[in-house]
Amino acid sequence: MATVEVSFSALPVHVRTARLIVAAVARRSGVPETLLDEVRLAVAEACSRAVEAHQRHCPDEPVRLELSGDGRRFEVVVSDAVPGDDAAGGADIDPVSAASAPGRDGSDPSAGPADLGLADAAELGLAVIQGLVDDVKIDTTPKGVQIRMSWPLRDA
Amino acid sequence: MDLKVNDYTTDDGLTVISVEGEIDVYTAPKLREKLIDLVNKGKFHLLVDMEKVEFLDSTGLGVLVGGLKRVRAHDGSLELVCTQERILKIFRITGLTKVFGIHDSIEEAQEKRKSAK
Repeated sequence: MATVEVSFSALPVHVRTARLIVAAVARRSGVPETLLDEVRLAVAEACSRAVEAHQRHCPDEPVRLELSGDGRRFEVVVSDAVPGDDAAGGADIDPVSAASAPGRDGSDPSAGPADLGLADAAELGLAVIQGLVDDVKIDTTPKGVQIRMSWPLRDA
Repeated sequence: MDLKVNDYTTDDGLTVISVEGEIDVYTAPKLREKLIDLVNKGKFHLLVDMEKVEFLDSTGLGVLVGGLKRVRAHDGSLELVCTQERILKIFRITGLTKVFGIHDSIEEAQEKRKSAK
């Protein structure tokens, strides 16, 4: 299947659009129905993280989403354009502690957009991705962060 | 789908918040505003009914954790009604099943609340 590429403005409303596109392409590519919820959630987490990073650092830059299938696996790459973003370093949040501790970024935990500190919210998203997806790779490059995830296809 | 959030308070002082739709980075602020509003009105014992939630991500989890912290500051409680496996899965992955009381129904939550008094 040809690669599908989508660029979208770094706005929360477009994360839902990305979710719908990914679900449609994944289904068409042959991802089993039982995995579609997982694909949808993992991609939503990666896109939400990228949108929040862009809104803080480069709101005019689009978030990029690439979808491809090689006949054996369905691969999704979510790329942001925030150099040096610390996304890869922190998928080790303990949400249970976060429920009773102040934000790790020193912010007022009751004031952040996710009601956790910003760093905690992003890390919670990464923790969800790593808990959900068996094959995930997070690369921090000079151009930004890439989250690469893949799932098996039905007939692989 | 938009997020619908409604609430009512039972005779025994439990405020039930019914949430319908998708809780994500776009819609979660609406739920956060509702929780803040209720706490500001002195409602410290909250039960969030998630049976009609179709999608929940970590942003939504963050809002629930934030609500829990707010009510705990007033010796209150925030518990959930949820039987949907796809929603429960995200609570399990993040370990938040240890933090939230999760019930099968509103009635069950009320019964447990009564027996705990």
